[in-house]
Amino acid sequence: MQELGKAEHTSIRVTPQGENRVIVEKDLSSEEMILNMGPQHPSTHGVLRLECKTDGEVVIEAEPYLGYLHRCFEKHAEMVDYPGIVPFVDRMDYLASMNNDFAYCIAVEKLLDIEIPRRVEFMRVIVSEINRIASHLVAIGTYAIDLGAFTPFLFCFRDREHMLNLLEWTSGARMLYNYILIGGVAYDFPKDFARRTLEFVKYFRPKALELQKLLTENEIFVKRTKGVGMMPADVAINYGWSGPMLRGSGVEWDLRRVDGYSVYPELDFKVCVPDGKFSDIGDSLSRHVVRALEIEESLNIIEQCLDKMPEEEGFDPRSAIPKRIRPKAGEVYGRAENPRGELGFYIISDGKSTKPLRCKARSSCFVNLSAMKELSLGQLIPDLVAIIGSIDIVLGEVDR
Amino acid sequence: MGESQESVSRSQEVEAALALWEIVHAAFPDAVSALDENPFMPFFEVQQTERWREIALFLRDDPKLRCNYMACLSGVDYPEEGKLGIVCNLESVGVHAHKIAVKVYCDREDGVIPSVARVWKTADWHEREAFDMYGMTFSGHPDLRRILCPEDWTGYPLRKDYVVQESYHGIKVPN
Amino acid sequence: MSTGAFLPNSFPIVMSTSLNAWSDALSEYFLFGLPVGLVILAALPLVFIALYALTYGVYGERKISAFMQDRLGPMEVGKWGILQTLADILKLLQKEDIVNKSADKFLFVIGPGVLFVGSFLAFAVLPFGPAFIGADLNVGLFYAIGIVALEVVGILAAGWGSNNKWALYGAIRSVAQIVSYEIPAAIAILCGVMMAGTLSMQQFNILQQGEYGFLHFFLFQNPIAWLPFLIYFIASLAETNRAPFDIPEAESELVAGYFTEYSGMKFAVIFLAEYASMFMVSAIISIVFLGGWNSPFPNIGPLLLNDWTTGPVWGAFWIIMKGFFFIFIQMWLRWTLPRLRVDQLMHVCWKVLTPFAFVAFVLTAIWEIYVK
Repeated sequence: MQELGKAEHTSIRVTPQGENRVIVEKDLSSEEMILNMGPQHPSTHGVLRLECKTDGEVVIEAEPYLGYLHRCFEKHAEMVDYPGIVPFVDRMDYLASMNNDFAYCIAVEKLLDIEIPRRVEFMRVIVSEINRIASHLVAIGTYAIDLGAFTPFLFCFRDREHMLNLLEWTSGARMLYNYILIGGVAYDFPKDFARRTLEFVKYFRPKALELQKLLTENEIFVKRTKGVGMMPADVAINYGWSGPMLRGSGVEWDLRRVDGYSVYPELDFKVCVPDGKFSDIGDSLSRHVVRALEIEESLNIIEQCLDKMPEEEGFDPRSAIPKRIRPKAGEVYGRAENPRGELGFYIISDGKSTKPLRCKARSSCFVNLSAMKELSLGQLIPDLVAIIGSIDIVLGEVDR
Repeated sequence: MGESQESVSRSQEVEAALALWEIVHAAFPDAVSALDENPFMPFFEVQQTERWREIALFLRDDPKLRCNYMACLSGVDYPEEGKLGIVCNLESVGVHAHKIAVKVYCDREDGVIPSVARVWKTADWHEREAFDMYGMTFSGHPDLRRILCPEDWTGYPLRKDYVVQESYHGIKVPN
Repeated sequence: MSTGAFLPNSFPIVMSTSLNAWSDALSEYFLFGLPVGLVILAALPLVFIALYALTYGVYGERKISAFMQDRLGPMEVGKWGILQTLADILKLLQKEDIVNKSADKFLFVIGPGVLFVGSFLAFAVLPFGPAFIGADLNVGLFYAIGIVALEVVGILAAGWGSNNKWALYGAIRSVAQIVSYEIPAAIAILCGVMMAGTLSMQQFNILQQGEYGFLHFFLFQNPIAWLPFLIYFIASLAETNRAPFDIPEAESELVAGYFTEYSGMKFAVIFLAEYASMFMVSAIISIVFLGGWNSPFPNIGPLLLNDWTTGPVWGAFWIIMKGFFFIFIQMWLRWTLPRLRVDQLMHVCWKVLTPFAFVAFVLTAIWEIYVK
């Protein structure tokens, strides 16, 4: 057995390579300055606070402080019955509410051991993939803004609007849907939903390409992100990274493929990893590229689902929802692939009450962000911004 | 997806966990309990809490196990048994196709669990969160502070017997 | 009071083709023994810049960026939102003028002032057409480049006086950037000066006059003039802190750079200074390389396009339009490109622009001495 010290990863200091190398001249007598970045700062994506120890422009150490948006989700969850938790879950990662609901419902349904109608499964996948695209667009857009490009951000939001309209039409809400319920969904798709969604897919494909030309292939953008915030695959796994972050480091790991939940095993989609030609594997650019590629894959999934979804006249999407949700005693860890990575729920049921004994949310942003301290070592302040942006945090999910 | 398919995949999951547990059990016969073969989340308990870090390293580094990915670490309160615990969901990414959960317990008052923050770096913040919410100490943790609650918060909010403090910096805390 | 009271020999002067006719007439105009004409002369560029900043600078930029980004821009105040800028000014006027407690009050207050004065002093030598110039110095161009560098002092004072770490970062970045980019910019301008053989702003324009319109512009007079032209344009972006070189005020990194702590009218003054120097560099580049107030149209046979579009009023029109054209390009770049990093910015300046500026300098000299 390895000793503890040796078993630790030695590649702690991820120094930027090539052109991005930062040279700190130690001969110059200089004082370190504490720079408080956040909680009110334009590029900390909400209320993250980083306490940076800086030497000029070089960040020697950055310590993240969380909790400014802590809303006691886990405490609330112990006081509300199982269906009542869904709206709370919505508000965790408010950019991908559908995916949050999906993950939570998967966990509870595992505990309840109930069967979901096939049409409902397709509906869930469609809405959560639409939401995934919307969420990735926000990620890409805000990343562009972090690096000083405004127009891609507004292009992203323009296209996201169409998706929000689709979801609003389906669920009645624009952001916090409360649509996927335990055992079903709230409403059947409106008439003509398939046609309008396909119209959107047709409209959006060229727009995605345009976005790629405007941003991803921009020389300055590549210069700002390539080789910045390198994360080798083994360290990424050790940090528990998931989703586009882990795939950006070149690990083919997608819960939609690995766990094969819902109807994903029937669908044909690629797990996107960077090829290492355009970007250095594991850098900020790779993570951005993975998100951009995933948008394309999600469009494919939506098309396939609309094609395969069984049509039923007078379908009741609430038919499988149990009258009273009181799982038998047990515990479960259910998870799903969110736009930001693995969202897991660890739920303990005592078998007596309709409220969970414990409901822990393993949020992907929280885990992804925990590598921030290591990623920020020896980076420049502008690179720090580029790294935070590439992690794509939603503080609602970090703090819960 | 049909019901039969799901049950097949579940039993596969349990079988893989069983195989994994057998290896761990062979290495640590006294420290590890029998596998709880529930279909949702097969788990075993660590009976000698002080050996948890040793077991964790074994789980991570043994070539047959390679549980290099800690999906989740949750603190749990067991008021009836007078214990606190953590539940770790471990998985092997890219090497084997198995996952397992491990439970570790400590006393409710002044309980200590060895920290695995140096085994899986992700455990760093998870342990801080568990400490923040339940108040167990993780020995050997590099930086054990509250993470979500303010530094000067009193009490551990997720304990079942938690009572909200009356006021915080002169502000009345609503119940 | 009739116009005659202001301009003694009104009509002949308005259409006069002699150089600096308007400004000379104005400077000789006294009312009750007071040099009112000089005051008007000094105030005119100020009024112009205020008007341009209001209309084109703020409203125009918002509308242009909006159309580039598939949105409408300001639409609420007035028809198409044309009164939006006025509403903004009203808001800024009403705002409390906050000076934070720990700021160095003296520096904090004079910072915007120096910035403003620095950028406006340059307008003294800017010819608004053949008939109007504040002061036709024989070292006009040298003066303009030199006096604009005074802005650095204002920026440093603002950044240091704010006593804010972000402002300090912004100020230091800005000073480093402006001082560095002065070098390629000045050398590129020197190429133009070599072609002209003068530093007087009006002489530059006169040398580029001719019936073939744009063919007389220095940009087309010399096969390598495009190189200093491009270098100066890029460097001018950096000197005015415009994207992709807006590193000193990079709002996603430094909140707002050196003017993080400013509010109300001081903030407005900083903005006005920024728009003024945007116009200044655009005017300089159009005077040195693109003929200033000369019409770009050539005379084609019986179509005397050049003659028809030449004159004091046309001259003012051309130089303002050329300035606006470059400002439009600056806006276009700003709304398209991401921002560079500090070290990349310096890399561009010292390892790319400066060597090429020297090459352009030498090649221009060779062309001027041996070929022309």
